[in-house]
Amino acid sequence: MKNINRRSMLFRAMALGAVSTLPGCDYEDPAHPDIADKFLHAMSAWNDRVQEALFDPHTLAPTFRADQVTNPPRFNAFYDISQAPVVDPATYQLELGGQIQDKSPWSLTALNALAQTSQITRLTCVEGWRVIGEWEGVPLGDFLRRIGADTTCRYVSFKCADGYYSSIDMPSALHPQTILALKFLGAPLTPPFGAPVRLRIPTKLGFKNPKSIMQLAVTNIYPGGYWEDQGYNWFSGS
Amino acid sequence: MVEKKPKRRVIHPWPLRLMHWLNALAIVMMIGSGWQIYDASPLFAFTFPPLITIGQWLGAAIAWHLAFMWLLVFNGLVYFIWSAASGHFAKFFPLSPRAVWRDFTAALSFKLPHETGVYNAVQKLLYLGVLFAGVVIVISGLAIWKPVQLWFFCDLCGGYVVARYVHFFAMTAIAGFFAVHLLLVAMVPKVLPPMITGGRIEP
Repeated sequence: MKNINRRSMLFRAMALGAVSTLPGCDYEDPAHPDIADKFLHAMSAWNDRVQEALFDPHTLAPTFRADQVTNPPRFNAFYDISQAPVVDPATYQLELGGQIQDKSPWSLTALNALAQTSQITRLTCVEGWRVIGEWEGVPLGDFLRRIGADTTCRYVSFKCADGYYSSIDMPSALHPQTILALKFLGAPLTPPFGAPVRLRIPTKLGFKNPKSIMQLAVTNIYPGGYWEDQGYNWFSGS
Repeated sequence: MVEKKPKRRVIHPWPLRLMHWLNALAIVMMIGSGWQIYDASPLFAFTFPPLITIGQWLGAAIAWHLAFMWLLVFNGLVYFIWSAASGHFAKFFPLSPRAVWRDFTAALSFKLPHETGVYNAVQKLLYLGVLFAGVVIVISGLAIWKPVQLWFFCDLCGGYVVARYVHFFAMTAIAGFFAVHLLLVAMVPKVLPPMITGGRIEP
């Protein structure tokens, strides 16, 4: 339990006019939201709608020069780099689920055989820092169409080897710069940085770029996400 | 013959009072949560102690920040429209460097009287300055929030990395204004009630 900030409590009381119903810290216990949490959830849902309206499928994220790439890349996860999962690329299978016609799993070889695209883009962390990287992989929109995904569905969700999970909106999934990345700086991804397959989506914040993806699903049921379920804004577009 | 009562004028009309206090709430919430967000990835060799931040952890701080930004922006927009329409902005002019210097030196030697309902040159400059900082903080904030979709704001601020510094320094300016503002109210406490009740300027 973090320290209860009395000044902050007072401000919340001013904001919400509810002095006695603020038992704890904001978003400390997602299962038992207090009035401040409910207010913040409502505003976050509103911000999701605003960002969906603001999203332009033709606006591209800025690209950078090769000499601007942050190398080595910066590791960031909810665990230490030594605990990053190692997935055997030889036996790797990307499992598919939800509103998809052909749900046969994909090996790394099969994914590498698809048409690839590369990008030098900025990964912006919700914490404020940013890195620049060169990623190469399969455009997610191409992949979704190839497997017969219902692109009228609202969400594409991802489950990862480390227990992480996240989801994005369909328009962002179909954005030309959204890729299932297989390589970084021309070489296959390494385990701490998302091997063997990660999402690279420069139109969203860093935590919307799940690493070591094991399952991909297309759905109309809100899938949430590891950080999103703790209070971070779901859309988190850039 | 109808006897006309001499007109009495309020110092602060009710829309201004309402906007003032809504803005005060928005500023406190935005700066408090902004400090907590800053702490997640500090720009300088210091962080803000958790005791004076709002949100306790990054997720909550961002949620507060992105909730209260709507109050700050909409209240600010209404203020600009109302001020332009009502002639409120005229109170900030005329303004000359010479007048600012005269009033500044007078204030430092405690020879500057408070004239009810009239701004001295230093006040005019400070109010115009904080309004400018307000515009800068909103533009740089939008640049950080949406560097892709609102790329023009990001470009205007010199890119994403620079925009974070612009946002920080605009906050510093507003926090500095806030401190001076509170200090002056403490020194001339009679100016506080009119911001609540409106006050009256006797003819």
